[in-house]
Amino acid sequence: MSDVIRRATPRPSAIRRAGLNVVVIDYGMGNVRSVQRALERLGCKATISAERTTIEGAQALVLPGVGAFGRAMENLHARKLRDVLDEQVLRVSKPILGICLGMQLFADSSEEMGHHDGLGWIPGRVLRIDTKDSGLSLPHVGWSPVDACGSSDLFGRTPPRTHFYFDHTYHYACDRSFVVGEINYGARLTAAIRRDHIVGVQFHPEKSQTAGLKLIRSFLESIPVEGAKVAC
Amino acid sequence: MLKKRLMGVVVVRSGIAVQSFDFGRYLPIGRPEILVEALDSWGVDEISVIDISATRRGGPNVDLVRLLSRSCQVPLTYGGGIRTAADMATIVQAGADKVMVNQAFRRDTEIVPEGAQVLGSQCIVVSLDVTRREDGSLAVYDYLAGKATDEDPARLAVRIEAAGAGELFLTFVDRDGSKRGYDLDAARVICAAVKIPVTLCGGVGHPSHFAAGLEVDRVSAVAAANFLSFTEHSVTTTKAVLRARFGADLRLDTYFDYAGAPFEESGRVAKKDDAILKELLFEFHPQDVV
Repeated sequence: MSDVIRRATPRPSAIRRAGLNVVVIDYGMGNVRSVQRALERLGCKATISAERTTIEGAQALVLPGVGAFGRAMENLHARKLRDVLDEQVLRVSKPILGICLGMQLFADSSEEMGHHDGLGWIPGRVLRIDTKDSGLSLPHVGWSPVDACGSSDLFGRTPPRTHFYFDHTYHYACDRSFVVGEINYGARLTAAIRRDHIVGVQFHPEKSQTAGLKLIRSFLESIPVEGAKVAC
Repeated sequence: MLKKRLMGVVVVRSGIAVQSFDFGRYLPIGRPEILVEALDSWGVDEISVIDISATRRGGPNVDLVRLLSRSCQVPLTYGGGIRTAADMATIVQAGADKVMVNQAFRRDTEIVPEGAQVLGSQCIVVSLDVTRREDGSLAVYDYLAGKATDEDPARLAVRIEAAGAGELFLTFVDRDGSKRGYDLDAARVICAAVKIPVTLCGGVGHPSHFAAGLEVDRVSAVAAANFLSFTEHSVTTTKAVLRARFGADLRLDTYFDYAGAPFEESGRVAKKDDAILKELLFEFHPQDVV
């Protein structure tokens, strides 16, 4: 019995939501290709786009993001994405997964390199991680165990305290009622948030090997198909 | 709490993954994409790919990044031949998560803030090669010239942090391929000078070398190139022995975790007792189903 290199490749037929049409928002920030690949591994039809009609046609959206908050908001405006996103997410209630900076954009504002307004979808502010007392390094980079909390099944496919990959200097400060995942880094910090169909993760599930794929699958399982919605 | 990382380094020379000795001798391993896939599936925490022929060729190896990022499910850093912030953006667009610069920073420190403007500072890693002069003092090593410079590594590290780099990648030139372990004194001196995360690389020949590196304050990742290409499941067995024998608190999430496995002095997995092997006709592991 030799342990040849075996991948944990999911069979598309095993996923109830195979063939889901997911659009990865392209606004010039972040590694959209990795996100697309992760979604495709899970059997989705994943398109990278900033086009209104494509976004309107999606069953779910992913907002990735790596970089600075201010530039991200500028790019969203420059590509005329603000209106279509507000409309699709807030009025049409399209499920959306925000990753890293993408999640931070859901906030009311950020103090990263000045004061910037965010999308304001989940009340909260993006603040710099405080390491004055702990003396810990910034950015917070590496694998950290996440404690699931609140009433979401987002972490239902992974055992408790599963590790995910983080790389950030700012964190999402918001009311506990929206927090579904936390980490410890000098203080308790938000790792994941949820408000109905709007989900955000501070870590990179597309870069967290199998654990990350399981989490993305949890999000996909929450997408309503033919009127029936499965709890996330 | 954040775990420290075990990072795999893939050194590429003229398109082939190689083992490196003394920054000058190279032995071919094979196709870099196979090595990346292997390290990834064995549970490595991060991968850095360094194309050592890129600078001389005149630019970054974008095709290599496209190829490797296809099968990499952990963060991938690319270094080699990056000259400008525009190069950095191209590399990230091609699929890398972070970029690494060495020469380019010493030539023009502005490349870091310029790159950070577009990509965010957490994407920028600056590589610092360290060597010791005859009198034992530390010096920054210039790989293009092939010799030590007059510059003090701790002072360069401070400038790297001040320029806004997200991480520092420290390579011990004298230890490259030596299996003598990291230069821990050098590591301590340089780490004490900065507050950004530091990765150590160069010289690992035994898991205890990783353990020693992990004990240094401010070290966020311990890396190796040659060491992780010798055996099947190198990453997994190394993490297992580090946890079992050295009490290192690393992430070990693969379903094959070698918990309770017997290890030899070298750190390699020992053969299980025949009686146990007889019981092990097959094992079913449903836990890794996505």
